[in-house]
Amino acid sequence: MSMPNQSSTLAWNLLFLCWLVATVAMLGSLFFSEVMMFPPCIMCWYQRICMYPLVIIFLVALFPLDKNVLKYAQPFVYIGLFFAIYQNLLYYKILPESVQPCSQGVSCTSDYINWFGFFTIQMLSLIAFSLILILLTLFKRNISK
Amino acid sequence: MKKQTLIIASLFILVFAYFGGSYLYKNQYAKSVDFMAKENTALFVRPHSPVYGEESATTYIIDFFDPACETCKAFHPFVESIMEKHPGKIKLVLRYAPFHTDSYYVVQMLEAAKLQDKYDQTLKVLFKYQGQWASHHSPNIALIWGYLPEAGIDVEKLKDDMKRPEIDAAIKQDIADAKTLGVTKTPQFFVNGKPLVKFGYKELEELIESEL
Repeated sequence: MSMPNQSSTLAWNLLFLCWLVATVAMLGSLFFSEVMMFPPCIMCWYQRICMYPLVIIFLVALFPLDKNVLKYAQPFVYIGLFFAIYQNLLYYKILPESVQPCSQGVSCTSDYINWFGFFTIQMLSLIAFSLILILLTLFKRNISK
Repeated sequence: MKKQTLIIASLFILVFAYFGGSYLYKNQYAKSVDFMAKENTALFVRPHSPVYGEESATTYIIDFFDPACETCKAFHPFVESIMEKHPGKIKLVLRYAPFHTDSYYVVQMLEAAKLQDKYDQTLKVLFKYQGQWASHHSPNIALIWGYLPEAGIDVEKLKDDMKRPEIDAAIKQDIADAKTLGVTKTPQFFVNGKPLVKFGYKELEELIESEL
């Protein structure tokens, strides 16, 4: 009898981690632009548009645990992930620079930070969206059991 | 209940980390600039930099600006009014941070105008018509030639002088110093080497008055 309870606790924890990742990503991006004064490029804005609502969506879905959260959260995650992958492909020059839509204003392939030669802001965003997707997938499996 | 506590605790930690981090970051920035101000004063005033104010003044306002930047234009008379309030005490040093596309050429014009002794007049004319030649943040260089005679500029001579390598070197030096000092937005002010950390008219006035 304790099984369903345990499984829903795990589901809650997974969703909590999703919320944590989204919140850290939001505060991190705000830190870069508002404190360190890095001007955000257009790609960053598209990813912010997808990331910030997730903070609220996950928080609301935690009290009480709402399994329908997948339906509302997934579109944001997929769209954000799409832009994150696209921007990283531009950054690593896998896609040519000429097709990038952000030629005006701030370049989307510039290095504001580069920790250990790997962790650029572009990469941090990709990691955040991927983590959320992985956690949400685990969440999905958990609730469909 | 435990779950709510977890959320509130996480939120508290994250928000604390954010504000603590920004405090540390700004503090660190002010300290590193302060260090540079003591160790390397040349970063703030270069021999080519236009300086306003009396020779005996001891308070230096360093103004990194872009001629196409609206806020720079708005701050210019404000800084002048503070200087008038404290006659003989303040020196204003103008530095370039041409962040807008094509602002580089406008700065070249300013530097070339200096050779005709019309620097101040040219700056005033540039700011006066800024709304027309720099609308929507994309400077229209072609328009500027028409305004320059108002400043008493010989446009043909200016066009030749703009190509001088020493002008190019001076602007590149300013851009390099702006980078070293962490200037990412214009205008950025330093008063006696202290950066204006929180941007605003009141904040600038307070910083200047604390250094008089």
